[in-house]
Amino acid sequence: MQLNKILKSLVIALPMLTLAACSSTTDSTTNDGVESSAQQTVSDTAVNGNTGSGSNVVVGSDTDVSIDPVENLTAEEVKKQVIDELRKRHVVYFGFDQQAVTAQYGELLQDHANFLIDNPAVKVLIEGHADERGTPGYNIALGERRADAVVKYLNNLGVSSSQISTVSYGEEKPVDTSHTDAAFAQNRRAVLVY
Amino acid sequence: MSISKRFLSFFIVCLMQIQIAHAALEIVITEGTNSARPVAVVPFKWLGTQPQPKDMTDFASVIADDLRNSGRFSPLERSLMPQTPATESAVDYAAWKETGVEAIVIGTIKPLQDGRLQIHFQLVNVLSGFKNQTPQKIDEQLVKNTDHIKLNLKGNFSTRRPRHISHRLSDYIFENLTGIRGAFLTRIAYVAINYDDKYPFKLLISDYDGMNQHVLFRSTEPVMSPSWDPTGKKLAYMSMEDKKHEIWIYDLVTQKRELIEPYKGSNILPVFSPDGSKLSMVLSKSGQADVYVYDLKTKKLDRLTKNRGIDTEASWAPDGKSIVFTSERGGRPQIYQINLESKKIKRLTFEGNANLNPSISPDGKNLVMVSLQKGKYSVTKQDLSDGYVQKLTNGRLDKSPSIAPNGSMVIYSTVVKGKQVLSLVSMDGRFKAVLPASDGEVKAPAWSPFLTSKKN
Repeated sequence: MQLNKILKSLVIALPMLTLAACSSTTDSTTNDGVESSAQQTVSDTAVNGNTGSGSNVVVGSDTDVSIDPVENLTAEEVKKQVIDELRKRHVVYFGFDQQAVTAQYGELLQDHANFLIDNPAVKVLIEGHADERGTPGYNIALGERRADAVVKYLNNLGVSSSQISTVSYGEEKPVDTSHTDAAFAQNRRAVLVY
Repeated sequence: MSISKRFLSFFIVCLMQIQIAHAALEIVITEGTNSARPVAVVPFKWLGTQPQPKDMTDFASVIADDLRNSGRFSPLERSLMPQTPATESAVDYAAWKETGVEAIVIGTIKPLQDGRLQIHFQLVNVLSGFKNQTPQKIDEQLVKNTDHIKLNLKGNFSTRRPRHISHRLSDYIFENLTGIRGAFLTRIAYVAINYDDKYPFKLLISDYDGMNQHVLFRSTEPVMSPSWDPTGKKLAYMSMEDKKHEIWIYDLVTQKRELIEPYKGSNILPVFSPDGSKLSMVLSKSGQADVYVYDLKTKKLDRLTKNRGIDTEASWAPDGKSIVFTSERGGRPQIYQINLESKKIKRLTFEGNANLNPSISPDGKNLVMVSLQKGKYSVTKQDLSDGYVQKLTNGRLDKSPSIAPNGSMVIYSTVVKGKQVLSLVSMDGRFKAVLPASDGEVKAPAWSPFLTSKKN
């Protein structure tokens, strides 16, 4: 799933919908019907991650009359949907005792960086976590290193430091508490929290 | 003899009343030693005119457990005792000699008008008692020797904390038999986690044996690294309740807590200096984890390490003149020591893939730490004079070792049957016991200092 495609589709859809809304003056029953269908289409896209950007455009342009309800979909809401999407892909995993961001997370972090650059008012918290191998006092320092590595990566993509804060949980907040190697791999992570 | 004063000074110890949590820990011995010395603790005789209250603590049983938990003694089962004498004069030495026990503890409990209990107890050596039955001829006179009576003490006790009375008596017995000060009247602080709870993270204290458990603090966010002040009346710890690191000092007497104004970044691992005037801590305000010392009175902060690698897990030497810590300055984590006067740093560990979380034993002779060998983390001990390293535990995820104030035992956290629990190991590694929690996971144990002052 390509997040930036969704972003693009929303960027296109929003002005179209807003435009359509401006030209409207009709009865509420039609409005209601259009409202639900328009909203549904947009949110479906966001939720399911359908990448057909054409469908969004069709929804907007199809309604040649009366679409004032879509004004519900404000810029804030679009942003929220993007954040919701980013929240689904917000974890960077690390190797044992490793603190470097590996190449496989390049696209994920690029999406986050694009969003943060486009929305300078948005702040993100990077949580650093470690597995329970080693000691709590070392692991909390290691978690901080991991969070810092993600910050540096985002900085290099152009995100301002003022938008980012960090906190290390060390080994104190595992997602998998089963004390197994599989659990450890899940727990060595940095999480981007909006 | 000022011993009765010592006895009474027990009351002065300030102990708090906090809600009791019923999920207690209980010691289960997993590895004993065959060198444990056989002793017997005879049930104490009730001298009241009314019957003994049914819910009264079995003092002798708690003492026997203490002696057994030390790993150095093997108390005789009650069913195997030839008799239950209440005073030394009633002891049948021949019969006790048969059982093979080295010493017996006998005692009486007398209820006083004011509600307190008067406890009289004696520690008697069986072999010399047997020998002393025959009067000795000294300077042409027949003298009955009483040097087999090792302790003969009487004290009046409040019944508010009956187990603490037993621990106090155990301390006397242990010191008499081993020459080492007893550490039974001590506590542990630890963190318990139950992810099903609304407040999963709890900071608790209990007696050393897991009894008298009290919840001090519960939180939706992690609580870390409790550390006792030298009086045993305060605890410093890190809490993430505000979604960031904050160091708090909890006063067990007033039950109030005080925040150390946080610095930017990590604020972790507070440890009281031996004189209680300072806290060592690890801060990342300069970009990476470094060791600092914070003066509690002047609030002045002193940076001890400047290093691009991680410096963490600082712990004071018992004399307060140096601090040991974990550092990555040489690549992998190893233990270093900084002299607080000269600020000179020297590396202490050279064995194993990594060594972490150091502390120095109260006698200053040993370094206790967590060592990584063949992918497993275990608690090890290094002799600071010759560098000899001994493995104390055999776990895979053993951590957070904390040394008893008399240096005889280490409490640490380990994983047993998929759950994090506390364990005890003797300083020689030969005796092991676990303290399984009734629910959830338990970690980050910190052994308190002695809770009674030593006055002779």
